[in-house]
Amino acid sequence: MRDPVGKKVIDIKPSGIRKFFDIVLETEGAISLGVGEPDFDTPWHIRDEGIYSLEKGKTFYTSNSGLKELRTEISRYLKRTQGVTYDPLKEVFITVGGSEAIDLALRAMIDPGDEVLIPQPSYVSYEPCAILADARPVIIELKEKNQFRLTAQEVLDKVTERTKILVLPFPNNPTGAIMEKEDLEEIARVVREKDLYVISDEIYGELTYSGKHFSIIALPGMKERTILINGFSKAYAMTGWRLGYACGPEVIINQMVKIHQFAIMCAPTTSQYAAVEALKNGDEDVRIMKEQYNHRRRYLLSEFERIGLPCFEPFGAFYVFPCIKKFGMSSEDFCTKLLKEEKLAVVPGTAFGDCGEGYIRVSYAYSLDNLKAAMERLERFISRL
Amino acid sequence: MSTREEILNIIEKNSRIDVHELSVLLGADEVLVANELKALEEEGIICGYHTMIDWSKTSKEKVNALIEVKVTPQRGLGFDSIAERIYKYPEVTSVYLMSGGFDLMVILEGKTLQEVASFVSNKLSTLDTVLSTATHFILKKYKDHGTILAKKNEDTREIVSP
Repeated sequence: MRDPVGKKVIDIKPSGIRKFFDIVLETEGAISLGVGEPDFDTPWHIRDEGIYSLEKGKTFYTSNSGLKELRTEISRYLKRTQGVTYDPLKEVFITVGGSEAIDLALRAMIDPGDEVLIPQPSYVSYEPCAILADARPVIIELKEKNQFRLTAQEVLDKVTERTKILVLPFPNNPTGAIMEKEDLEEIARVVREKDLYVISDEIYGELTYSGKHFSIIALPGMKERTILINGFSKAYAMTGWRLGYACGPEVIINQMVKIHQFAIMCAPTTSQYAAVEALKNGDEDVRIMKEQYNHRRRYLLSEFERIGLPCFEPFGAFYVFPCIKKFGMSSEDFCTKLLKEEKLAVVPGTAFGDCGEGYIRVSYAYSLDNLKAAMERLERFISRL
Repeated sequence: MSTREEILNIIEKNSRIDVHELSVLLGADEVLVANELKALEEEGIICGYHTMIDWSKTSKEKVNALIEVKVTPQRGLGFDSIAERIYKYPEVTSVYLMSGGFDLMVILEGKTLQEVASFVSNKLSTLDTVLSTATHFILKKYKDHGTILAKKNEDTREIVSP
Protein backbone atom coordinates (compact mmCIF):
# COMPACT_ATOMS: atom_id res chain seq x y z
CA MET A 1 0.00 0.00 0.00
CA ARG A 2 1.14 3.53 -0.68
CA ASP A 3 2.17 5.86 2.13
CA PRO A 4 -1.16 7.41 3.14
CA VAL A 5 0.20 10.78 4.25
CA GLY A 6 2.43 13.38 2.68
CA LYS A 7 6.05 13.84 3.57
CA LYS A 8 5.80 17.57 4.22
CA VAL A 9 3.29 17.06 7.03
CA ILE A 10 5.07 14.03 8.48
CA ASP A 11 8.25 16.04 8.83
CA ILE A 12 6.61 18.72 10.96
CA LYS A 13 7.34 18.20 14.64
CA PRO A 14 4.24 17.67 16.77
CA SER A 15 3.56 20.52 19.19
CA GLY A 16 5.54 20.23 22.43
CA ILE A 17 2.44 21.39 24.24
CA ARG A 18 0.52 18.38 23.03
CA LYS A 19 3.05 15.96 24.46
CA PHE A 20 3.02 17.65 27.83
CA PHE A 21 -0.76 17.84 27.79
CA ASP A 22 -0.95 14.04 27.63
CA ILE A 23 1.29 13.68 30.68
CA VAL A 24 -0.80 16.18 32.64
CA LEU A 25 -4.01 14.36 31.77
CA GLU A 26 -2.64 11.20 33.39
CA THR A 27 -1.92 13.03 36.65
CA GLU A 28 -4.86 13.02 38.99
CA GLY A 29 -5.59 16.06 41.13
CA ALA A 30 -3.14 18.25 39.25
CA ILE A 31 -3.59 21.97 39.34
CA SER A 32 -2.56 23.71 36.19
CA LEU A 33 -1.03 27.06 35.33
CA GLY A 34 -0.74 25.81 31.79
CA VAL A 35 -3.53 27.35 29.80
CA GLY A 36 -3.25 29.98 27.10
CA GLU A 37 -6.75 31.37 27.40
CA PRO A 38 -8.59 33.73 29.78
CA ASP A 39 -10.34 32.31 32.84
CA PHE A 40 -13.15 34.85 32.52
CA ASP A 41 -16.39 34.00 30.81
CA THR A 42 -17.21 36.09 27.77
CA PRO A 43 -18.97 39.21 29.17
CA TRP A 44 -22.70 38.58 29.31
CA HIS A 45 -23.79 41.42 27.01
CA ILE A 46 -21.57 39.95 24.28
CA ARG A 47 -22.91 36.43 24.76
CA ASP A 48 -26.42 37.86 24.86
CA GLU A 49 -25.89 39.53 21.49
CA GLY A 50 -24.78 36.17 20.03
CA ILE A 51 -27.87 34.47 21.44
CA TYR A 52 -30.09 37.29 20.18
CA SER A 53 -28.69 36.91 16.66
CA LEU A 54 -29.58 33.21 16.77
CA GLU A 55 -33.10 34.01 17.95
CA LYS A 56 -33.54 36.38 15.05
CA GLY A 57 -32.53 33.59 12.70
CA LYS A 58 -29.22 35.08 11.62
CA THR A 59 -27.89 31.65 10.87
CA PHE A 60 -26.60 32.07 7.32
CA TYR A 61 -23.16 32.55 5.81
CA THR A 62 -21.85 36.07 5.87
CA SER A 63 -19.85 37.41 2.94
CA ASN A 64 -16.43 35.77 2.63
CA SER A 65 -14.74 38.77 4.18
CA GLY A 66 -17.19 38.94 7.07
CA LEU A 67 -19.98 41.26 8.20
CA LYS A 68 -19.55 44.77 6.92
CA GLU A 69 -20.69 46.10 10.27
CA LEU A 70 -17.94 44.18 12.06
CA ARG A 71 -15.24 45.25 9.61
CA THR A 72 -16.36 48.85 10.07
CA GLU A 73 -16.09 48.50 13.86
CA ILE A 74 -12.59 47.04 13.50
CA SER A 75 -11.57 49.91 11.27
CA ARG A 76 -12.92 52.37 13.86
CA TYR A 77 -11.09 50.52 16.62
CA LEU A 78 -7.75 50.79 14.81
CA LYS A 79 -8.40 54.45 14.10
CA ARG A 80 -9.08 55.23 17.75
CA THR A 81 -6.30 53.07 19.22
CA GLN A 82 -3.49 53.43 16.68
CA GLY A 83 -4.60 56.42 14.62
CA VAL A 84 -4.36 54.38 11.42
CA THR A 85 -7.14 54.27 8.82
CA TYR A 86 -8.10 51.00 7.14
CA ASP A 87 -10.77 50.76 4.46
CA PRO A 88 -13.27 48.36 6.06
CA LEU A 89 -14.30 46.93 2.69
CA LYS A 90 -10.89 46.40 1.15
CA GLU A 91 -8.29 46.23 3.87
CA VAL A 92 -10.02 44.32 6.68
CA PHE A 93 -11.35 40.79 6.77
CA ILE A 94 -12.63 38.35 9.35
CA THR A 95 -10.97 35.00 10.05
CA VAL A 96 -11.52 31.93 12.20
CA GLY A 97 -9.32 33.08 15.05
CA GLY A 98 -6.00 34.85 14.72
CA SER A 99 -4.44 31.51 13.88
CA GLU A 100 -6.22 31.23 10.54
CA ALA A 101 -4.95 34.69 9.69
CA ILE A 102 -1.36 33.61 10.42
CA ASP A 103 -1.71 30.66 8.08
CA LEU A 104 -3.36 32.69 5.33
CA ALA A 105 -0.92 35.57 5.50
CA LEU A 106 2.01 33.20 5.03
CA ARG A 107 0.35 31.25 2.24
CA ALA A 108 -0.71 34.40 0.42
CA MET A 109 2.73 36.01 0.48
CA ILE A 110 5.18 33.14 0.11
CA ASP A 111 6.85 31.69 -2.98
CA PRO A 112 8.61 28.37 -2.39
CA GLY A 113 11.98 28.92 -0.75
CA ASP A 114 11.26 32.41 0.57
CA GLU A 115 12.58 32.90 4.05
CA VAL A 116 10.45 33.90 7.02
CA LEU A 117 12.09 35.33 10.13
CA ILE A 118 10.47 33.95 13.25
CA PRO A 119 11.54 35.26 16.65
CA GLN A 120 11.33 32.59 19.35
CA PRO A 121 10.25 31.76 22.02
CA SER A 122 6.87 32.40 20.48
CA TYR A 123 3.48 30.91 19.73
CA VAL A 124 3.69 27.40 18.34
CA SER A 125 2.15 27.85 14.91
CA TYR A 126 4.39 30.26 12.96
CA GLU A 127 7.06 27.71 12.10
CA PRO A 128 4.78 24.85 10.97
CA CYS A 129 2.55 27.25 9.02
CA ALA A 130 5.63 28.66 7.27
CA ILE A 131 6.76 25.13 6.35
CA LEU A 132 3.30 24.23 5.08
CA ALA A 133 3.45 27.36 2.92
CA ASP A 134 6.76 26.10 1.45
CA ALA A 135 8.75 28.84 3.11
CA ARG A 136 12.03 28.34 4.89
CA PRO A 137 11.60 29.37 8.53
CA VAL A 138 14.61 31.17 9.98
CA ILE A 139 14.58 31.38 13.76
CA ILE A 140 15.73 34.46 15.67
CA GLU A 141 16.50 33.63 19.30
CA LEU A 142 15.18 36.32 21.61
CA LYS A 143 17.34 37.06 24.64
CA GLU A 144 16.38 37.62 28.25
CA LYS A 145 19.05 40.32 28.50
CA ASN A 146 16.93 42.30 25.99
CA GLN A 147 13.80 41.49 28.01
CA PHE A 148 12.95 39.15 25.13
CA ARG A 149 12.45 42.11 22.82
CA LEU A 150 13.54 41.86 19.20
CA THR A 151 16.46 44.08 18.19
CA ALA A 152 17.30 45.46 14.76
CA GLN A 153 20.70 43.79 14.90
CA GLU A 154 19.14 40.38 15.47
CA VAL A 155 17.04 40.89 12.33
CA LEU A 156 20.04 42.10 10.30
CA ASP A 157 22.05 39.06 11.38
CA LYS A 158 19.52 36.74 9.78
CA VAL A 159 18.39 38.67 6.71
CA THR A 160 19.38 37.22 3.33
CA GLU A 161 18.42 37.87 -0.29
CA ARG A 162 15.57 35.41 0.15
CA THR A 163 14.09 36.93 3.31
CA LYS A 164 10.59 38.17 2.64
CA ILE A 165 8.67 38.21 5.90
CA LEU A 166 9.35 39.11 9.51
CA VAL A 167 6.90 37.74 12.06
CA LEU A 168 6.40 40.12 15.00
CA PRO A 169 4.81 38.20 17.89
CA PHE A 170 4.29 40.95 20.47
CA PRO A 171 2.95 41.20 23.17
CA ASN A 172 4.51 37.77 23.34
CA ASN A 173 3.25 34.36 24.30
CA PRO A 174 5.09 32.77 26.21
CA THR A 175 7.45 35.46 27.55
CA GLY A 176 5.02 38.32 28.14
CA ALA A 177 7.51 40.66 26.43
CA ILE A 178 6.30 43.78 24.68
CA MET A 179 7.81 46.05 22.04
CA GLU A 180 7.57 49.77 22.63
CA LYS A 181 7.52 52.51 20.03
CA GLU A 182 11.30 53.05 20.14
CA ASP A 183 11.96 49.32 19.73
CA LEU A 184 9.63 49.15 16.75
CA GLU A 185 11.17 52.20 15.07
CA GLU A 186 14.48 50.35 14.90
CA ILE A 187 12.81 47.28 13.43
CA ALA A 188 10.78 49.33 10.94
CA ARG A 189 13.96 50.95 9.67
CA VAL A 190 15.45 47.54 8.83
CA VAL A 191 12.18 46.33 7.32
CA ARG A 192 12.05 49.29 4.93
CA GLU A 193 15.74 49.09 4.15
CA LYS A 194 15.67 45.37 3.35
CA ASP A 195 12.29 45.54 1.64
CA LEU A 196 10.59 43.05 3.96
CA TYR A 197 6.97 42.49 4.92
CA VAL A 198 5.74 42.12 8.48
CA ILE A 199 3.15 39.79 9.96
CA SER A 200 2.37 41.45 13.26
CA ASP A 201 0.45 39.14 15.58
CA GLU A 202 -1.11 41.50 18.11
CA ILE A 203 -3.64 39.12 19.63
CA TYR A 204 -2.51 40.23 23.12
CA GLY A 205 -2.47 43.90 22.14
CA GLU A 206 -5.13 44.91 24.65
CA LEU A 207 -3.26 43.23 27.49
CA THR A 208 -0.32 45.48 28.31
CA TYR A 209 0.49 46.79 31.77
CA SER A 210 2.92 49.65 31.25
CA GLY A 211 0.92 51.93 29.01
CA LYS A 212 -1.03 51.47 25.82
CA HIS A 213 0.04 48.99 23.16
CA PHE A 214 1.75 50.59 20.19
CA SER A 215 1.47 48.86 16.81
CA ILE A 216 4.09 48.94 14.07
CA ILE A 217 1.33 49.92 11.61
CA ALA A 218 1.44 53.41 13.10
CA LEU A 219 5.02 54.01 11.93
CA PRO A 220 5.71 55.74 8.59
CA GLY A 221 5.49 53.44 5.59
CA MET A 222 4.64 50.40 7.69
CA LYS A 223 0.92 50.06 7.05
CA GLU A 224 1.86 49.29 3.44
CA ARG A 225 4.19 46.49 4.54
CA THR A 226 2.26 44.91 7.38
CA ILE A 227 -0.42 42.32 7.83
CA LEU A 228 -1.85 43.12 11.23
CA ILE A 229 -3.43 40.16 12.99
CA ASN A 230 -5.73 40.45 15.96
CA GLY A 231 -8.86 38.83 17.30
CA PHE A 232 -11.36 38.58 20.09
CA SER A 233 -10.07 35.56 22.01
CA LYS A 234 -7.77 37.17 24.55
CA ALA A 235 -9.09 40.70 25.05
CA TYR A 236 -12.76 39.76 25.32
CA ALA A 237 -12.33 36.21 26.65
CA MET A 238 -13.86 34.74 23.49
CA THR A 239 -11.52 31.85 22.64
CA GLY A 240 -14.29 29.37 21.88
CA TRP A 241 -16.00 31.75 19.46
CA ARG A 242 -13.06 31.37 17.06
CA LEU A 243 -12.90 34.86 15.69
CA GLY A 244 -9.99 36.93 14.50
CA TYR A 245 -9.13 39.37 11.75
CA ALA A 246 -6.41 40.52 9.43
CA CYS A 247 -5.80 44.04 8.15
CA GLY A 248 -3.34 45.06 5.49
CA PRO A 249 -2.71 46.20 1.93
CA GLU A 250 -5.57 45.35 -0.43
CA VAL A 251 -3.32 43.30 -2.75
CA ILE A 252 -2.42 40.89 0.04
CA ILE A 253 -5.85 40.83 1.68
CA ASN A 254 -7.42 39.93 -1.69
CA GLN A 255 -5.25 36.83 -1.96
CA MET A 256 -5.84 35.87 1.66
CA VAL A 257 -9.60 36.14 1.13
CA LYS A 258 -9.23 33.98 -1.96
CA ILE A 259 -7.76 31.10 0.06
CA HIS A 260 -10.21 31.76 2.88
CA GLN A 261 -13.24 31.52 0.56
CA PHE A 262 -12.15 28.12 -0.73
CA ALA A 263 -11.02 26.67 2.60
CA ILE A 264 -13.39 28.27 5.12
CA MET A 265 -16.20 30.20 3.33
CA CYS A 266 -16.66 32.61 6.21
CA ALA A 267 -16.07 32.93 9.93
CA PRO A 268 -18.93 31.85 12.23
CA THR A 269 -21.88 34.20 11.82
CA THR A 270 -23.01 34.10 15.47
CA SER A 271 -19.52 34.99 16.62
CA GLN A 272 -19.40 37.92 14.23
CA TYR A 273 -22.58 39.44 15.64
CA ALA A 274 -21.28 38.99 19.17
CA ALA A 275 -17.97 40.60 18.17
CA VAL A 276 -19.74 43.74 16.92
CA GLU A 277 -21.12 44.16 20.43
CA ALA A 278 -17.67 43.50 21.92
CA LEU A 279 -16.09 46.31 19.91
CA LYS A 280 -18.98 48.70 20.43
CA ASN A 281 -19.49 48.26 24.17
CA GLY A 282 -16.69 46.10 25.52
CA ASP A 283 -14.01 48.60 26.55
CA GLU A 284 -15.01 48.54 30.20
CA ASP A 285 -14.96 44.73 30.31
CA VAL A 286 -11.44 44.73 28.93
CA ARG A 287 -10.38 47.31 31.49
CA ILE A 288 -11.76 45.26 34.38
CA MET A 289 -10.18 41.99 33.20
CA LYS A 290 -6.89 43.72 32.55
CA GLU A 291 -6.87 45.13 36.07
CA GLN A 292 -7.31 41.61 37.44
CA TYR A 293 -4.53 40.23 35.24
CA ASN A 294 -2.23 43.00 36.40
CA HIS A 295 -2.88 42.19 40.07
CA ARG A 296 -2.06 38.56 39.42
CA ARG A 297 1.04 39.46 37.42
CA ARG A 298 2.35 41.51 40.30
CA TYR A 299 1.46 38.77 42.75
CA LEU A 300 3.36 36.09 40.82
CA LEU A 301 6.43 38.27 40.36
CA SER A 302 6.50 39.06 44.06
CA GLU A 303 6.10 35.38 44.93
CA PHE A 304 8.89 34.37 42.54
CA GLU A 305 11.16 36.89 44.19
CA ARG A 306 10.25 35.57 47.63
CA ILE A 307 10.88 31.93 46.78
CA GLY A 308 14.01 32.63 44.74
CA LEU A 309 12.91 32.07 41.17
CA PRO A 310 14.51 34.64 38.86
CA CYS A 311 12.14 36.27 36.38
CA PHE A 312 12.32 39.37 34.20
CA GLU A 313 9.32 41.66 34.54
CA PRO A 314 6.97 41.12 31.59
CA PHE A 315 4.48 43.83 30.68
CA GLY A 316 2.14 42.01 28.33
CA ALA A 317 -0.19 39.05 27.70
CA PHE A 318 -0.93 36.86 30.75
CA TYR A 319 2.28 34.91 31.11
CA VAL A 320 5.44 35.11 33.14
CA PHE A 321 8.54 33.30 31.97
CA PRO A 322 10.86 32.57 34.90
CA CYS A 323 14.36 31.21 34.42
CA ILE A 324 15.10 27.81 35.95
CA LYS A 325 18.69 27.46 34.77
CA LYS A 326 20.11 27.66 38.28
CA PHE A 327 18.49 24.35 39.19
CA GLY A 328 20.61 22.56 36.61
CA MET A 329 17.91 20.64 34.79
CA SER A 330 16.17 20.96 31.48
CA SER A 331 12.80 22.72 31.22
CA GLU A 332 11.11 19.47 30.40
CA ASP A 333 12.67 17.64 33.37
CA PHE A 334 11.77 20.52 35.66
CA CYS A 335 8.14 20.53 34.51
CA THR A 336 7.79 16.75 34.60
CA LYS A 337 9.28 16.55 38.09
CA LEU A 338 7.11 19.45 39.31
CA LEU A 339 4.07 17.69 37.96
CA LYS A 340 4.98 14.31 39.47
CA GLU A 341 6.01 15.59 42.87
CA GLU A 342 3.69 18.51 43.46
CA LYS A 343 0.99 17.96 40.85
CA LEU A 344 1.46 21.40 39.42
CA ALA A 345 1.45 21.83 35.65
CA VAL A 346 3.38 24.60 33.91
CA VAL A 347 4.64 24.50 30.34
CA PRO A 348 8.31 23.92 29.45
CA GLY A 349 9.81 26.89 27.59
CA THR A 350 11.00 24.53 24.87
CA ALA A 351 7.40 24.10 23.70
CA PHE A 352 7.84 27.56 22.18
CA GLY A 353 11.16 26.97 20.47
CA ASP A 354 14.51 25.42 21.37
CA CYS A 355 15.72 28.72 22.81
CA GLY A 356 13.00 28.45 25.46
CA GLU A 357 15.31 25.95 27.17
CA GLY A 358 15.97 26.99 30.75
CA TYR A 359 12.59 28.69 31.16
CA ILE A 360 9.04 27.74 32.06
CA ARG A 361 5.81 29.44 31.06
CA VAL A 362 3.47 30.22 33.92
CA SER A 363 0.03 31.49 32.96
CA TYR A 364 -1.86 33.84 35.25
CA ALA A 365 -5.22 33.37 33.59
CA TYR A 366 -6.34 31.92 36.92
CA SER A 367 -8.01 33.26 40.04
CA LEU A 368 -5.75 34.56 42.80
CA ASP A 369 -6.86 31.69 45.05
CA ASN A 370 -5.74 29.25 42.40
CA LEU A 371 -2.42 31.03 42.00
CA LYS A 372 -1.84 31.01 45.74
CA ALA A 373 -2.38 27.26 45.95
CA ALA A 374 0.00 26.81 43.01
CA MET A 375 2.70 29.00 44.58
CA GLU A 376 2.60 26.91 47.76
CA ARG A 377 3.38 23.85 45.66
CA LEU A 378 6.06 25.61 43.65
CA GLU A 379 7.75 26.88 46.80
CA ARG A 380 7.80 23.41 48.35
CA PHE A 381 9.24 21.99 45.14
CA ILE A 382 11.97 24.59 44.77
CA SER A 383 13.01 24.31 48.42
CA ARG A 384 13.88 20.67 47.78
CA LEU A 385 16.02 21.31 44.71
CA MET B 1 -7.30 55.20 38.29
CA SER B 2 -6.16 56.45 41.68
CA THR B 3 -4.70 54.08 44.28
CA ARG B 4 -7.64 54.98 46.48
CA GLU B 5 -10.15 53.85 43.89
CA GLU B 6 -8.16 50.68 43.21
CA ILE B 7 -8.06 49.83 46.92
CA LEU B 8 -11.83 50.25 47.12
CA ASN B 9 -12.37 48.07 44.05
CA ILE B 10 -10.39 45.25 45.59
CA ILE B 11 -11.68 45.34 49.16
CA GLU B 12 -15.26 45.76 48.04
CA LYS B 13 -14.94 42.20 46.74
CA ASN B 14 -12.54 40.86 49.35
CA SER B 15 -12.46 42.66 52.67
CA ARG B 16 -10.26 40.00 54.25
CA ILE B 17 -7.22 40.84 52.15
CA ASP B 18 -4.30 42.00 54.28
CA VAL B 19 -2.32 45.18 53.74
CA HIS B 20 0.75 43.37 52.46
CA GLU B 21 -1.10 41.49 49.77
CA LEU B 22 -3.05 44.59 48.83
CA SER B 23 0.20 46.47 48.30
CA VAL B 24 1.58 43.63 46.15
CA LEU B 25 -1.49 43.54 43.92
CA LEU B 26 -1.41 47.30 43.46
CA GLY B 27 2.35 47.53 43.08
CA ALA B 28 2.24 50.23 45.77
CA ASP B 29 4.14 50.89 48.96
CA GLU B 30 2.77 49.02 51.98
CA VAL B 31 2.85 52.01 54.32
CA LEU B 32 1.07 54.13 51.76
CA VAL B 33 -1.66 51.54 51.36
CA ALA B 34 -2.07 51.20 55.14
CA ASN B 35 -2.40 54.96 55.52
CA GLU B 36 -4.86 55.19 52.68
CA LEU B 37 -7.00 52.45 54.23
CA LYS B 38 -7.00 54.23 57.56
CA ALA B 39 -7.99 57.48 55.91
CA LEU B 40 -10.80 55.79 54.01
CA GLU B 41 -12.15 54.39 57.28
CA GLU B 42 -11.87 57.71 59.08
CA GLU B 43 -13.62 59.57 56.30
CA GLY B 44 -16.47 57.10 56.48
CA ILE B 45 -15.91 55.96 52.89
CA ILE B 46 -15.28 52.47 54.15
CA CYS B 47 -18.27 52.01 56.47
CA GLY B 48 -17.75 48.44 57.61
CA TYR B 49 -16.52 44.98 56.72
CA HIS B 50 -19.26 42.42 56.34
CA THR B 51 -19.47 38.78 55.46
CA MET B 52 -21.86 37.52 52.81
CA ILE B 53 -23.68 34.48 54.12
CA ASP B 54 -26.15 32.35 52.26
CA TRP B 55 -28.36 31.58 55.27
CA SER B 56 -30.63 29.40 53.19
CA LYS B 57 -27.89 26.76 53.20
CA THR B 58 -27.93 26.63 57.03
CA SER B 59 -30.58 25.27 59.35
CA LYS B 60 -31.32 28.73 60.68
CA GLU B 61 -34.67 30.13 59.53
CA LYS B 62 -34.63 33.65 58.18
CA VAL B 63 -37.28 35.64 56.40
CA ASN B 64 -36.49 38.70 54.33
CA ALA B 65 -39.04 41.21 53.14
CA LEU B 66 -39.08 44.39 51.08
CA ILE B 67 -41.65 46.90 52.25
CA GLU B 68 -42.76 49.81 50.13
CA VAL B 69 -43.77 52.61 52.47
CA LYS B 70 -45.70 55.77 51.60
CA VAL B 71 -45.30 58.55 54.13
CA THR B 72 -46.23 62.18 54.67
CA PRO B 73 -43.04 64.21 54.74
CA GLN B 74 -42.80 66.51 57.75
CA ARG B 75 -42.32 70.24 57.51
CA GLY B 76 -38.71 71.21 57.95
CA LEU B 77 -37.58 67.63 58.32
CA GLY B 78 -38.59 66.05 55.00
CA PHE B 79 -38.19 62.31 55.04
CA ASP B 80 -35.14 62.15 57.28
CA SER B 81 -36.82 61.97 60.66
CA ILE B 82 -39.33 59.34 59.62
CA ALA B 83 -36.56 57.32 58.02
CA GLU B 84 -34.62 57.55 61.26
CA ARG B 85 -37.56 56.28 63.29
CA ILE B 86 -37.72 53.29 61.00
CA TYR B 87 -34.04 52.46 60.63
CA LYS B 88 -33.50 52.42 64.39
CA TYR B 89 -35.30 49.09 64.61
CA PRO B 90 -32.59 46.41 64.61
CA GLU B 91 -34.66 44.08 62.41
CA VAL B 92 -34.55 46.69 59.64
CA THR B 93 -31.44 46.00 57.53
CA SER B 94 -31.78 48.77 54.94
CA VAL B 95 -33.80 51.91 54.35
CA TYR B 96 -33.72 53.82 51.06
CA LEU B 97 -35.54 56.97 49.95
CA MET B 98 -37.00 56.21 46.53
CA SER B 99 -38.24 58.04 43.49
CA GLY B 100 -41.48 56.79 41.92
CA GLY B 101 -44.65 55.32 43.34
CA PHE B 102 -43.65 55.18 47.00
CA ASP B 103 -41.24 56.94 49.34
CA LEU B 104 -39.22 54.56 51.46
CA MET B 105 -37.97 51.09 50.69
CA VAL B 106 -37.52 49.20 53.94
CA ILE B 107 -35.70 45.89 53.94
CA LEU B 108 -36.42 43.70 56.88
CA GLU B 109 -35.04 40.54 58.30
CA GLY B 110 -37.04 38.40 60.69
CA LYS B 111 -37.03 34.89 62.04
CA THR B 112 -40.51 34.03 60.85
CA LEU B 113 -43.28 35.32 58.62
CA GLN B 114 -45.30 36.18 61.71
CA GLU B 115 -42.49 38.23 63.12
CA VAL B 116 -42.24 40.30 59.95
CA ALA B 117 -46.02 40.62 59.73
CA SER B 118 -46.28 41.78 63.27
CA PHE B 119 -43.52 44.34 62.77
CA VAL B 120 -45.36 45.80 59.81
CA SER B 121 -48.80 45.88 61.44
CA ASN B 122 -47.77 46.85 64.95
CA LYS B 123 -44.78 49.09 64.50
CA LEU B 124 -44.51 50.38 60.95
CA SER B 125 -48.13 51.00 59.97
CA THR B 126 -48.93 52.64 63.28
CA LEU B 127 -46.40 55.45 62.80
CA ASP B 128 -48.31 58.73 62.36
CA THR B 129 -46.64 59.72 59.13
CA VAL B 130 -46.98 56.33 57.41
CA LEU B 131 -49.86 56.37 54.93
CA SER B 132 -49.59 52.85 53.57
CA THR B 133 -47.32 49.84 53.25
CA ALA B 134 -46.95 46.98 50.77
CA THR B 135 -44.95 44.02 51.92
CA HIS B 136 -43.09 41.67 49.55
CA PHE B 137 -41.45 38.53 50.90
CA ILE B 138 -38.26 37.32 49.28
CA LEU B 139 -38.70 33.72 48.13
CA LYS B 140 -35.22 32.98 46.84
CA LYS B 141 -32.00 34.91 46.39
CA TYR B 142 -30.21 34.28 43.12
CA LYS B 143 -27.62 37.00 43.26
CA ASP B 144 -26.75 39.36 46.09
CA HIS B 145 -24.13 42.12 46.28
CA GLY B 146 -22.82 41.12 42.85
CA THR B 147 -22.30 37.52 43.91
CA ILE B 148 -24.18 34.68 42.27
CA LEU B 149 -25.41 32.35 45.00
CA ALA B 150 -25.86 29.27 42.84
CA LYS B 151 -23.18 26.60 42.55
CA LYS B 152 -19.79 27.90 41.53
CA ASN B 153 -18.62 27.42 37.96
CA GLU B 154 -15.99 24.79 37.46
CA ASP B 155 -12.95 25.44 35.31
CA THR B 156 -13.78 23.52 32.15
CA ARG B 157 -10.82 24.70 30.10
CA GLU B 158 -8.37 22.24 28.61
CA ILE B 159 -5.72 21.74 31.25
CA VAL B 160 -2.81 22.79 29.02
CA SER B 161 -3.09 24.84 25.83
CA PRO B 162 -0.72 26.90 23.70
